[in-house]
Amino acid sequence: MTRYVMIADLNRCVGCQTCTAACKHTNATAPGVMWRKVIDVEWGEYPDVERLFMPVGCQHCSDPPCMHVCPSTATGQREDGIVTIDYDLCIGCSYCVVACPYQARYKVDKPHFAYGDTPTETEAKRYDEKRIGVAQKCTFCSDRVDAGVEKGLTPGVDPDASPGCVNACIADALHFGDIEDENSNVSELLAENSWFQMHEELGTETGFYYLWDQEPPEETESE
Amino acid sequence: MNRFFAIRQTCWDWRAAGNFMFGGTGSALMLMIAIASYPDTPSLPLGLVALAFIGLGLFMVWLEIGKPWRFLHVYFHPQTSWMTREASVAALLFPIAFVGVIFKIPLLITLAGLLGLLFLYCQARILLASKGIPSWRESTTLPLIISTGLVEGTSLLLLSYIFSDSIQGWAIYLLLVLLAVRGQSWIKYRQQLTTAKAPKQTLSVLNSINTLVLWPGNILPFILVGTCLLLSNFTNIFITIASVLAILSGWHMKFTIITRAAQQQGYSVGKLKRGRPVIKPPVKRKPERFVL
Repeated sequence: MTRYVMIADLNRCVGCQTCTAACKHTNATAPGVMWRKVIDVEWGEYPDVERLFMPVGCQHCSDPPCMHVCPSTATGQREDGIVTIDYDLCIGCSYCVVACPYQARYKVDKPHFAYGDTPTETEAKRYDEKRIGVAQKCTFCSDRVDAGVEKGLTPGVDPDASPGCVNACIADALHFGDIEDENSNVSELLAENSWFQMHEELGTETGFYYLWDQEPPEETESE
Repeated sequence: MNRFFAIRQTCWDWRAAGNFMFGGTGSALMLMIAIASYPDTPSLPLGLVALAFIGLGLFMVWLEIGKPWRFLHVYFHPQTSWMTREASVAALLFPIAFVGVIFKIPLLITLAGLLGLLFLYCQARILLASKGIPSWRESTTLPLIISTGLVEGTSLLLLSYIFSDSIQGWAIYLLLVLLAVRGQSWIKYRQQLTTAKAPKQTLSVLNSINTLVLWPGNILPFILVGTCLLLSNFTNIFITIASVLAILSGWHMKFTIITRAAQQQGYSVGKLKRGRPVIKPPVKRKPERFVL
């Protein structure tokens, strides 16, 4: 079978936010909504200070808390692990938002655009009424992936079958592929590098891996 | 533990808090009036007050949801969603309690009381399943939410007795016990959050209301009710003050936990591993089962 995952190589990420921009361009998300974003993390005290850039978003968990709590079954999961939202079923209760430990979900209650109430020409063309008042999040660009697979392309290898953020990454820090294929790009990367999954202790079994080579900071909390 | 950008959730605001405040009070009141009236039925106004509280809570949630006219979709996922279960219990509770008080059917009132308790339990489980909010998902949330609901329901029952001038002694004893349980639950809840290293802002908010929750909210009502029992004098003014304080402090505590002490999990750097990971397949590859 197939299990799609994403890998973010924190040793490579430069925090340029090109993936953020590519995601917004691909999915036409509203201002303030970032299905993919890169957080700038610092810890320690001078002169022992560390900094890293961490791409975040929906982790497409194998055991997603958002899906279990959803009262309308709007949040679902495909057999390939991609967590989905059916905008026609969602009631916009936001239970999934508070159940997600990755701050990956958004809800936009009324239309708003980059320059106030009036959309630009592009925004007007790409505005999707179905997304108002319901939960939304990263889809792993499942429509691109599906279309690519139909054409016989390999997700994560062929750009036409890969998520927009992965295609746009300037540092080759984002990767996408099938982890159940032992010879895939993502399987090889994980076999050859040290990695972690975020909030592993919560048992969500994320479909998002971070390559990193330093032990985590202890007792650090920053806002 | 490392944690970054644990911002406060803003999706569940005063409207969602209203469900936990008024729904908790109403459902516990339903249980208490079922106990108080057994084997008879309660007065119509008292039954309607309990339903009105639950209805007000649900109405506030309805105001909060993004697609209010799709509200019936809330019933689609009883297998795992505690929100579906809460709504389902409410859908049973309303007609059963209504018919029970109108036609004075004791069996239905008993059933409504049990459903009230179940509704309260569902509310606590809704919070417990919210893995993204450290201050909601800890196990001590369950006794805290249930005990505070029961305190509010019992207090409201006592207030109704004062208006009808027919205080029942057992309800005063019960309030005394429940106040002690709620106070203890609150202390354990805060201890557990500290041990689990909840976000600093969460701990700070809870710390800021600690004195108010403990003293005027629990200890003072406990002393007032205890004094009444010691003196064998069910002085209305003492019971009234104790009940009002117990209700208001419960609402204040729940409002704070839902709206202000609700910092999200944040992001973190995890423990490093090497080698190809052991892959857990997506849960949807197996047929969905009913999970409690």
